Amino acid sequence: MSTETARFPALHGALRAALGLAAFTLAFTALMAFTHHITRERIEAAAEAQQMRLIDEILPRDQYNNALLKDAVTAAPPANVKRIWRARRGGAPVALVFETFATDGYGGRIELVAALGIDGRLGGVRVAAHKETPGLGDYIDPARDPDKTRPWITQFTGVDAALPLAQWAVKKDGGVFGHRAGATVSARAVTRALGQGSAWIAARREALFAAPTGANIGADAQEE
Amino acid sequence: MKFRQFKESAHNGLWRQNPGLAQILGLCPILAISTNLVNAVSLGLATVMAMALSNLAVAALRRWIAYEIRIPVFILIIAALVTVLDLAFNAWFHSLYLVLGIFIPLITTNCIVLARAEAFAAKNKVLDATLDGIMMGLGLVWVLALLGALRELLGSGTLFSGIDMVFPGLEALQVFGDDYPGFLLAILPPGAFFILGGLIAAYNAINARRAARTPPEPAPAAPTTSAVAG
Repeated sequence: MSTETARFPALHGALRAALGLAAFTLAFTALMAFTHHITRERIEAAAEAQQMRLIDEILPRDQYNNALLKDAVTAAPPANVKRIWRARRGGAPVALVFETFATDGYGGRIELVAALGIDGRLGGVRVAAHKETPGLGDYIDPARDPDKTRPWITQFTGVDAALPLAQWAVKKDGGVFGHRAGATVSARAVTRALGQGSAWIAARREALFAAPTGANIGADAQEE
Repeated sequence: MKFRQFKESAHNGLWRQNPGLAQILGLCPILAISTNLVNAVSLGLATVMAMALSNLAVAALRRWIAYEIRIPVFILIIAALVTVLDLAFNAWFHSLYLVLGIFIPLITTNCIVLARAEAFAAKNKVLDATLDGIMMGLGLVWVLALLGALRELLGSGTLFSGIDMVFPGLEALQVFGDDYPGFLLAILPPGAFFILGGLIAAYNAINARRAARTPPEPAPAAPTTSAVAG
């Protein structure tokens, strides 16, 4: 085959293939966009319901009467706090529900949700996501904790956020919190993250309640 | 004739060319998600849906897929359909979606899906291809189910833990009683290798015994094993 005749069909073939690929891409992207469009509301609702299920465990619904998930502010990066929801009853502050996290779990990140009452005490803590070893470190999640009557995570309920940071540690490290034998790393990570997170929230309690919805609270918000 | 085809396809997917035991394809989900029965079967069924849909789409569109670009087009089709499944799971089975997490999108990279698109769906009629996808998927499901059940039973002494994420209100079975100490190895990835190895050995032993019992018949063609295992 001479190069003169071969060049054109080759180009022709490449063009045809490119157009074919473009057509398929267009068609299947349209399919994905359509599915995204029809599932979006349901997914948002499901995510919200999931979030509320977790929050219900740490802050009973009868304690507040505002639309909690709509009353949110965010924290600026240096803090280990992400979103904060403000629970109010008849407009009066009740509690701050906040997301905090540890990056030093045995399996990486541990995501936590906690409620800090207006009295400065933790209402409760739950693990929202973790990758700790099944059967070893995953007792931080009460659903996986073999002790059903008094799960490990419940020892944080009622703890005063003003507890000095040095005591926000497992007993082995000189702190005041227990841990299960064989899996200190998970407990240590949760405890430390909670201590830092609670202290950050507690120090800015008033500013957090006063900030307009959607505000981003920086580290410099409390220079009192 | 139709029934024979059905039987042939079912035998192929469920036993002779079983993706988990004979082709040993799709190890990523097998090892990662088979820590308990519910997860294993859920991801297995999601894979069945992905394979049925992708085989259907590939067979239906095979006339318009130019040979040179068939692989990118297959991947495109599979990825798009898996994305659709992913969104559907997220919308309708949210708590299960949270558990299966990254493994649903990863069905795209499960090479058994692409393997069937390329080896079967691209050359066969829509119905046959869909059936092949379903049967291959179901072949993976029963292996995943067995593996998941064994790991869960050995590892934590339960069965059906997490069933409430699929059917709210149902509870897990405590098979070995509350004081079962657990056997961590079974739940960790190495346990998956050990148990899968045991299953493959049993599968080969059964096949060998069958072959020995029926000597006059020509030995069944060796299952097409691929070099890639993803």
